[in-house]
Amino acid sequence: MDEQRTPKEDSQSITGWLGAVWRVIAVPLAAVLLALVIGAIILAVSGANPLQAYSALVEGSFGSMKAFGRTLAKATPLIFSGLAVAFAFKAGLFNIGAQGQLLFGALASAAAGFMIEGLPPFLHATLALLIGAAAGAAFAAIPGALKAYTGAHEVITTIMLNYVAINMTDYFADGPFKDTSNGNIVARTPEILDSARIPSIGEIPVGFFLAILAAVIVWWLLWRTTLGFEIRTVGLSPHAAKYAGMKVAATVILTMVISGILAGIGGAIETQGIVGRYQPGFNTGLGFDGITIALLGKTHPIGIIPAAILIGAMKAGASTMQFNAGVAKEITDVIQALMLFFVTADMIIRKLLRTKADSGEKVTLSGWGQQ
Amino acid sequence: MQNTTNLPTPLSPSQQFLKQWGVTIFITVAVIGITIWQYILNSQVTEAVLASTIRQSTPLVLGALCGLLSERSAVINIGIEGQMLLGAFVGFLVNVWTGNLLIAVIAAVLTGALMGLLLAYMSVTLKMDQIIGGTVINILALGLTGYFYQVGLTTEGKMQPIPLGPLADIPLIGPAFFNNPPITYATFVLVIAVHYVLFYTKWGLRTRAVGEHPRAADTLGVNVFKVRYINVMVGGAIAGLAGAFLTLEAVGSFERAMTNGRGFVALAVMLFGKYTPLGAWGAAMLFGFANAMQTQLQFADIKIAHQFIGMLPYVLTIVILSGFVGRTRVPAADGVPYEKE
Repeated sequence: MDEQRTPKEDSQSITGWLGAVWRVIAVPLAAVLLALVIGAIILAVSGANPLQAYSALVEGSFGSMKAFGRTLAKATPLIFSGLAVAFAFKAGLFNIGAQGQLLFGALASAAAGFMIEGLPPFLHATLALLIGAAAGAAFAAIPGALKAYTGAHEVITTIMLNYVAINMTDYFADGPFKDTSNGNIVARTPEILDSARIPSIGEIPVGFFLAILAAVIVWWLLWRTTLGFEIRTVGLSPHAAKYAGMKVAATVILTMVISGILAGIGGAIETQGIVGRYQPGFNTGLGFDGITIALLGKTHPIGIIPAAILIGAMKAGASTMQFNAGVAKEITDVIQALMLFFVTADMIIRKLLRTKADSGEKVTLSGWGQQ
Repeated sequence: MQNTTNLPTPLSPSQQFLKQWGVTIFITVAVIGITIWQYILNSQVTEAVLASTIRQSTPLVLGALCGLLSERSAVINIGIEGQMLLGAFVGFLVNVWTGNLLIAVIAAVLTGALMGLLLAYMSVTLKMDQIIGGTVINILALGLTGYFYQVGLTTEGKMQPIPLGPLADIPLIGPAFFNNPPITYATFVLVIAVHYVLFYTKWGLRTRAVGEHPRAADTLGVNVFKVRYINVMVGGAIAGLAGAFLTLEAVGSFERAMTNGRGFVALAVMLFGKYTPLGAWGAAMLFGFANAMQTQLQFADIKIAHQFIGMLPYVLTIVILSGFVGRTRVPAADGVPYEKE
């Protein structure tokens, strides 16, 4: 807290306002650029042409309307997983389990998509989406309750639950929900009915608009409701929240449930909008990307949208890059890790740019010590 | 903290001992009892399970040693998984290039130490949130190993068991404890060594002081930053050795994300072992045993879906963390960056 100017002072003039915006976006922007530069160095060292690789990456993500649609489709579940992680951050919780919650959401909405018959399209799609959300919420309630009542740290419990989720969804996709058509032997569910699908308008998937709507709702919930105030208070100081008469345990569980709803919808939209069924291995990593996205977006719901589009673009363009430039697509994971590093290690960047810290809330997580 | 506001009524030393170690001792005695009983019933299967327990527990106890070294000096390390994975990968690559196992192990250990240095830089110097710092390492390791991995490479042989003379012929425990490849022996030695260093040397005292009350340690002239850097780096080196175990001793090749959550399970092992090397060893044995049973159950004609058996160690971790098997006292300054006045 070396900077104590109020936002009002900043917004009095246009330049002040621009300065405030710059202070917020300077670090993420610089983090992305630095990560791309180091990524280029790694590419060059391993014998690839960085310029060729990056231009193929851009071509595959923004080069045509179709590519752009693919970017938005990839960004959609990422916005949800980013929101899920960021929302939990606000209560001081690190939901690494967004991955597992997302898998359950994807599986549950697929099950609702192929099992329930005879509903009109809009109703069926909505119902499947809600069932996905409920599955994510239920699975997130477990670490929430464990944290609230036993003090088990959510970082480890959610990571462990991710492995449980992989095994459980595998079991369902290879057992009770298995696709038995035409001698299929792959572990996957049957395709969902057309009435459960979430369509696209032109190249732009409808799910993307839902994601933006979700971001706005999360923003409203966090900064315009009592619940949001309680969540943020618990995040800043559980003791102060307790002293002020807030129910910390209930807030922790509720935060995890809402985080799980977001992750679950992310998985459901992936199933209903893109994959069309649940198949193990199709959603790997989406939840982990949520961590990078949440921090790149400064854990602000609106900041998460461009962050998710950026990561979505890297995913959308990765295959084009692999095909055109012969570069393994895992380089995008490396770049992503570097982005995460630089955006969190903001001291380095602030020194480089000579900017002051923004007045936004810094992410602070509870160490084991506060159990 | 909360603990100081409502102090529990003091317990006598024997009560305290029982409270802290009761469950652990009970489980240990039960496991040993069942093992001997099973040995009488079916010696071959029991020997196989015991040997597999040791094999499965080795990376876990090494990971736990890594975690407890850094957390005893108050740096939370959830990057064990990444340190292990990168160590495994570099060890594997170096072995493919040089055909030498020893150089490969050294490379893996150095890689782990380097990752430890990165973690120490992030958490001690940059004062980053340590959980995010560990996550950076995990994602970075996943990305780097994925990017540089080429399908079809295999190691030039892997570490072979060295029977320790007549000791290896002791029934039941001989084949399990005294007929192992080098890294497993190194693990036995490391557990004892870390225990000795932590509790019987000046360095260990300093480490624990820095973990409990860095300000006091600083006042007495201990270099808090240096102690944390070195502990985290040594921890990283041990995690690198765990990686070397996976590629050079257990499997003989590398696969993407082959650590498969062992680095995280190791954290639970560390907590369950109450931040002591010997405790972690026991806890790792329990996990190793769960894993070994998993393999046995898959061989046996039991109609349980393999996925349910597969999630056993993870569920066990959650149960342990939830404090159903006793609480753990965490180093007081754990996770808090130190600011010099």
